[in-house]
Amino acid sequence: MARYLLKRLGFILVSLFFIVTITFFLMQAAPGGPFASERKLPPVIEQQMNEQYGLNDPLYQQYFDYLVNIVQWDFGPSFKYVGQSVNDIISRSFPYSLILGAEAIFLALSIGILLGVIAALKHNKFGDYFAMVIAVLGISVPSFILASVLQYVFAVKLEMLPVARFESFAHTILPAIALATTPLAFIARLMRSSMLDVLNSDYIKTAKAKGLNERIVTYRHAIRNAILPVVSYLGPLVVAILTGSFVIEKIFAIPGLGNEFVVSVTNRDYTVIMGTTVFFSVLLLVSILIVDLIYGLVDPRIKVAGKGDK
Amino acid sequence: MNWKKWSLLLALVFAMSIFLAACGGDDSSSNEGGDDTDTAEEGSSGEEGDSGETALADDQTFNVNIKTEPPSLHPGKASDTTSSAVLDQIFEGLTRINQDGEPENAMASDIQTSEDLTTYTFTIRDGATWSNGDPVTAQDFEYAWKWVLNPDSPDTDYAYQLYPIKNAAEAKAGDVPLDEVGITAKDDKTLVVELAQPTPYFLQLTAFHTYYPVNKNVVDGKTEWATDVSENYVTNGPFTMESWAHKDQIVLKKNADYWDAENVKLETINMYMVEDENTELQMYKNGELDWAGSPTGSIPLAAIPSLKEDGSLNISPKAGIYYYSFNTEVEPFNNVNIRKAFAYAINRQGIVDSITKGEQQPAMALVPPSIFEENKEGYFEDNNVEKAKELLEKGMEELGIDKLPVVKVTYNTDEGHAAIAQAIQDMWRENLGVEVELNNEEWNVFLDTMGEGNYQVGRMGWIADFNDAINFLEIFQSVGGNNYTNWENEEYSALLEKSRTETDPDARREILREAEALFMEELPLAPIYFYTNLWLNKDYVKGIEVSPMGSFNLKWGYIAEH
Repeated sequence: MARYLLKRLGFILVSLFFIVTITFFLMQAAPGGPFASERKLPPVIEQQMNEQYGLNDPLYQQYFDYLVNIVQWDFGPSFKYVGQSVNDIISRSFPYSLILGAEAIFLALSIGILLGVIAALKHNKFGDYFAMVIAVLGISVPSFILASVLQYVFAVKLEMLPVARFESFAHTILPAIALATTPLAFIARLMRSSMLDVLNSDYIKTAKAKGLNERIVTYRHAIRNAILPVVSYLGPLVVAILTGSFVIEKIFAIPGLGNEFVVSVTNRDYTVIMGTTVFFSVLLLVSILIVDLIYGLVDPRIKVAGKGDK
Repeated sequence: MNWKKWSLLLALVFAMSIFLAACGGDDSSSNEGGDDTDTAEEGSSGEEGDSGETALADDQTFNVNIKTEPPSLHPGKASDTTSSAVLDQIFEGLTRINQDGEPENAMASDIQTSEDLTTYTFTIRDGATWSNGDPVTAQDFEYAWKWVLNPDSPDTDYAYQLYPIKNAAEAKAGDVPLDEVGITAKDDKTLVVELAQPTPYFLQLTAFHTYYPVNKNVVDGKTEWATDVSENYVTNGPFTMESWAHKDQIVLKKNADYWDAENVKLETINMYMVEDENTELQMYKNGELDWAGSPTGSIPLAAIPSLKEDGSLNISPKAGIYYYSFNTEVEPFNNVNIRKAFAYAINRQGIVDSITKGEQQPAMALVPPSIFEENKEGYFEDNNVEKAKELLEKGMEELGIDKLPVVKVTYNTDEGHAAIAQAIQDMWRENLGVEVELNNEEWNVFLDTMGEGNYQVGRMGWIADFNDAINFLEIFQSVGGNNYTNWENEEYSALLEKSRTETDPDARREILREAEALFMEELPLAPIYFYTNLWLNKDYVKGIEVSPMGSFNLKWGYIAEH
């Protein structure tokens, strides 16, 4: 197990190296720079700014300096927000994204799995159609439309919840729902099809034939097996929810990291682009690793450590 | 069987009804607005009529959206409108732009000007203090300005705002020591400023945030004093900063020690950072904001017609111009008659009426009418297709071509820019029979393309830093900088130089008018429209004026009883 973990960590480091390198050079290749603006700076001042931020150094030197800093987990100062370091920006905005993401994932998982299971158990009956209509709507309605509709109905018309911003739990409800809908629908469909598969398999029939209670068959045998595809979807989902919340964060005015990630690219805020990319990559790689470990827990037939590594 | 189909239908109906309900709600609210159009006049006249006689509300809290995190709240480093909207409330320069748009004495109680308009002597007001109790001194100004001009000071993009001061540009380039810059604190109360040449608008500049003082005793030697609220963040304006939650909210409180505190009514200002303009509007409608739109936020384009109809939208002129820049180095725009033909063939009134909808003024001149009033008329007739066709023919003859090449219009990706570009594409195709290609680019790519002169026609805009014609005219004095047209003209440049030494305001204005006339004869760009400020405010918000430069002073604002 330890060897397996070490090996995986090694892979993570290699992937990170490639991600950093590729992002760095792609970013430098993009036209424009962090100090480009509709109001042109006098050349002398632009020169001084480039000097101060080390943009006049040869590219390879900038690259190596950056690698050294990244190893020390130091992402440098932001170009756009004067005096704020990228580490500060990440540590102040990530908690917002994290709370929101956690709520959304909780919603997506619990309701999605529930809907999927209901749909499978009531196959081709009312429950199935109802759940699947919700799922299709959830997948096909873009989150920004849903967000605006939620805002309009619950905040403006019914005045039950605040329109935007992030101050209390009540503020998080609408954005979390808007964020959760698409993965919720996806999970429901995923769960339904794999549950149908499992319900038709021989061991379920055997269990039923043995006279086991319906409930035990469903919970102990069927769901546990049917949930595997959902578990493997979890890794990318976690990261997608955290990075992909740009639209939701913008509409609900939440100072989260997803926003920072996208805006930094438009601003050519080099250090923030690199910082958030590296941060999200680490997050993605680690969550995939965790998912693989969970896989082994859920299904004992899968040996995470592989053959000959007992 | 049937039951299954029915239940499916039912589920669908439920789902659809959610959306229908939402859409339906929208419709009805805009219809309501349409019924009473006559309130429009009431709303706007009531706005100007009040002069402080209304009773004050108990709760003097003002909620406004500033859209984004201010990139820097260091007066010497800030270079954007969001930061300046915050700084204007918490700092104060030697002068402050008053409600009529004129500079009035602020930190300075007295200003003496030498005969040749190049030496200004400021006397610092007695009783002007910093928020930590220190007196504001002339040395604070000297220190703040010289710090910005120091070549080693980081992030001082706006140092060029100080360039009218003698030797400032040279010092920033490192050619001249800082001691030789024309800023001298004679004693604690007297600041003498020597200018490189007469600058009639200098007292407007001293109200600008790059000219704000910083507390030398507190700030000297500290590099990061302005990144957070701390005991080092010392200010001298009508308000102090209570808290700064990055990317979220800034809270300002009234500064009880401010010299003019008795005229400051607002107790608390909540500045929220809500980026999405639709959200901003919803929050305004929900009562979470007292103000939406200019100068710090924006109104969604789609909401403008209905807001205009129900009379709640406020519109004021803004000193800024939206234009299409011609690249005068490439065919066919190297020919002046072709440039004119393209400029004349645009129906500006149509664009303003059906696309931008914010009562912008069609621009047939370079300097906005808020500076040169004559420019309401402009130098040529809007949508003069006949003349345009004539000029086009003449121009093509001069160039010796009988068919125009395909013309490419470049703009940065944006809904509004795209709509205008499409309209102009259509007008040029219709009126001049020319094939027009549209080319939208991401913001940074666009700036790169324009800067390299790799375009034929490009969208651009300019908003004044201060209320003076030179601000628009000097852009085109030489190639480079903000002049993307690659056009320069000796006579034009000479006129501007002449205006710089002219001390008589009327004579100077004549020279500038002459320069503008010359510019319009050469027409290196097609002006489209002059910007306007659009905003909504609750009826009980009083005493806040949006200036043509796109800023506001909350110092004189108050909340009326409601």
